[in-house]
Amino acid sequence: MQDIKQIRSKTRNLYGLIIIVIIAVVAGFFSYGNFNFLPNWMKTPFRLGLDVSGGTHLIYEADISQIPTSDISTTMSGLRDVIERRVNLFGVSEPRVETAEIGDSYRLIVELAGVKDIKEAIQLIGETPFLEFKEQRTEEETNFIIEKQKANDSEYLYVDPYFVPSEPSLTGKYLKSAQLVFNSSTYEPYVSLQFNDEGADIFEQLTSKNINKILAIYLDGMAISLPTVRDTISGGQAQITGNFTTDEAKLLVERLNAGALPVPIKLLSQQSIGASLGEQSLNLGVKAGIIGLILVIIFMLVYYRVFGFFASLALLIYTALSLAIFKLIPVTLTLSGIAGFILSIGMAVDANILIFERSKEEKKKGLDKFRAIEEGFKRAWPSIRDSNISTIITCLVLYNFTTSIVKGFALTLLIGVVISMFTAITATRSFLRIFMTKESK
Amino acid sequence: MYINFVKIRKYPYIFSGIIIAISIIGIILFGLKPGMDFTGGSLLELDISKNKITSEQLNEVLKSLDVNDAIITSIGDTSLLIRTKEISEDKHQEIIFKIREVFSEVEENRFESLGPAIGKELRDKSISGIIFVVLGIALYLTWAFRKVSKPMSSWKYGIVTIIALLHDVIIPTGLFAYLGHFLGWEIDSTFITALLVILGFSVHDTIVVLDRIRERLHLQPSIDFGETINQSINETMKRSINTSLALILVLVALLIFGPISLKIFVSILLIGTIFGTYSSIFIASPLLLDWHKFVNRKK
Repeated sequence: MQDIKQIRSKTRNLYGLIIIVIIAVVAGFFSYGNFNFLPNWMKTPFRLGLDVSGGTHLIYEADISQIPTSDISTTMSGLRDVIERRVNLFGVSEPRVETAEIGDSYRLIVELAGVKDIKEAIQLIGETPFLEFKEQRTEEETNFIIEKQKANDSEYLYVDPYFVPSEPSLTGKYLKSAQLVFNSSTYEPYVSLQFNDEGADIFEQLTSKNINKILAIYLDGMAISLPTVRDTISGGQAQITGNFTTDEAKLLVERLNAGALPVPIKLLSQQSIGASLGEQSLNLGVKAGIIGLILVIIFMLVYYRVFGFFASLALLIYTALSLAIFKLIPVTLTLSGIAGFILSIGMAVDANILIFERSKEEKKKGLDKFRAIEEGFKRAWPSIRDSNISTIITCLVLYNFTTSIVKGFALTLLIGVVISMFTAITATRSFLRIFMTKESK
Repeated sequence: MYINFVKIRKYPYIFSGIIIAISIIGIILFGLKPGMDFTGGSLLELDISKNKITSEQLNEVLKSLDVNDAIITSIGDTSLLIRTKEISEDKHQEIIFKIREVFSEVEENRFESLGPAIGKELRDKSISGIIFVVLGIALYLTWAFRKVSKPMSSWKYGIVTIIALLHDVIIPTGLFAYLGHFLGWEIDSTFITALLVILGFSVHDTIVVLDRIRERLHLQPSIDFGETINQSINETMKRSINTSLALILVLVALLIFGPISLKIFVSILLIGTIFGTYSSIFIASPLLLDWHKFVNRKK
C-alpha cells in the first residue's frame, strides 16, 4: 500500500515538475524574445519607462477658474482629446495623455517617448491654438515700422509691419467647424469655415469695415491666406483659398477642427531624458541585475550545496517568470522599477532560506532527511507568509500614495514578492521531492 | 555556535545609543536638505564626453544669461549637472542655445523642471505615504502578536518592534543629515521610498525573532524568560543573516555596477538592511527582557 501511494505521489510530482519546467522555458523564451524561430507574439518588447528609453514627461496645469464646476470633467476630457490629436499629429509612437485631479488643481500629463525635438513638441502642445484674423495696417504705419526695423530699433524688431490682429478679435475660438471643399470649376481645394453666432457677427463687422482691403488669415502666427474682402459677409461663412495641395488643405482642416484648447494650460514640470542617457542607465541596470543574480546563486550554492542548487534553479525560473509577467501585463519598466525587480531577486531566496534552515532544525530533532524537508516546508510557511506581508503592505502603500517614479518600484517589487513565494515553494519542493528521493534511495 | 546575546547585550546598547545620539544631533543641528523633488527647481545634465568643458566655463555662460544661482557638479568626467531655481521652458531653450553656441559638441542629456506646486504635492504625498505605511505596519503587528499574553502582553512586543524600527530609520536619516551638510546630498522622494522599504524589512526581521520567542513560550513556559530569548535569537539568527545577505549581495551589485542615479537610493537601503538585521538580533529581543525585568522589579 505504502509503496503504491509513494509511486502515485511520485508520478504526480513528476507531472508537476514537467509543467513547471515547460512554463519556465516558455516564459524564458518569451521574456528574452530575441530568437528568430519564435512566433511574432513572443517577440513583444518590454515596455520601457521614459527614463530608460528617453523621452519627455510633461505636466500641465489647466486653468479651470472660468469653468463652472459641473463642466470641469467634460472640459478636461475635451482638453485631453485636443492635446491627444495634436500629439498624434506630431507622430510620436504610443503617446500617453492623461488627466489627473490633484487637490483643487486639474492636471494634464503628457508622455512622449523618443521625441528628438522636445522644444517643438512643447510648442505644439501648448501653443497651437491659433487661427487668427488680421487687418491690414495703413501704409504710413507699414512704412514707419519698416524704417524702424531697418534702423535696428529693438522695439520694432518683431512687429509685423503689414498686419495687425483684428479689432474686435476673431480667432479659432469662434470657429464652429472647418471643411475641405473643392472648387466646382477649377477643382482646387479650399477650406470652408463656419463660425458660431458670435463669430458670425464679428466676421460681418470685420468684412464691412475692410471692404477692398486684405483680411489676413493666420495660423500659428503664419499668414496662410490673404484674401481681399469684396463685400460684407453675413451668416458666418468664410473661405480660405491659399494655393493648397489637397494634402495641405486636409491637414489644415484637421488642425482647425482639432481646435483651440478649451482652457488655457500652463507647463508645471517637465522631465526630459536623452535617449543615450536612458540606454546607458538601462544597460547598467541590466548588468547590475545579472551580477546580483550570479552573486546570490554563488551564495546559495556555497552555503546550501545541493539544496542551494535547486533553490538557484527556482530563482532562475522566478526570473524568467517575472520578466514574462512584466511583458504580459505590461508593466512599464522605469529605472526604479528595474531596481525593484533586482531587489526582489535578493528577496526571492528568502523563502528557500527559511525552509532550509527550518529543515536543518528538524533534522537536528532526529527526523530523517525526507521528513525534515517536508516538515521544513510545512513549518516555514507561516514565517514566509508573515515576512512577505510587511513588504507587500509597504508596496501597496507606495503604489497607491506616491508618485510615478516610486510606483514603478513598488509594482515590480510587489509582483516579484508574490511570484517568488510561488516559485521558491512550489518549484523548489518539486525539485527536491523528485531528485532527493532518487539520490537517497 | 551558541552566543549568549542576553549576557553581552549592554555592548550593542551602548553602540546603538552612541550612533543614535550622533544621528539625532546631526538631524537637529543640520536638518535634512530637501531636494528638487520637494522644493521645485530645475536640473540640466550635459554630456561633455566629446568636449571637456569645466564648471567655471559653464558658470560664465550661465551668468551671462542672468542665471546666477546655478550649482554645477560633475558626474564622472562625462557629464555636468546644473541645478537652478525653476526656469521656464523659454529660458531653458535660451540656455541650451547659448551653450551650443559657445561650446561645440555638448549635448543635453536630461532636463527636469518642477514647479513649486509639484514639489509641495510630492512632499504631501511622501508624508501621507509614511503615515499609511506606519499605520499598515501597526495593524499588521497587532495581528501578528494577537495570541501572546504571558509573560508580557502583546502590545509590548509591538512597542519593542517599533523601537527597533525607529532605530533602523533614524540611523540612515542621521547619516543623511551629515551627508547633506558636508557633501550636499539631498532628500528626495526616492529617499523616502527607501526609508519606507527599510520599515517593511526591519519589521519583518524583528517579528521573526519575536515570533520564535512566542512559540517557545508556548512550548516550554517553565524555562527562564532570558534563556528563552537567547535560544530564540540563536535559532533565528542564521536565517536572519542569510536572508539579509542575499539582499545585501544584490544591493552591492547595484551600488557598484548600477546606474549612478540609483546610488543614493541603493546606499540607504544597504545601510538600512544592515542595521535592520543587527537591531533584530542585538536590540529588539534583549529590550523585551529588560522591559520584563524592569516591570517585575517594581512589583
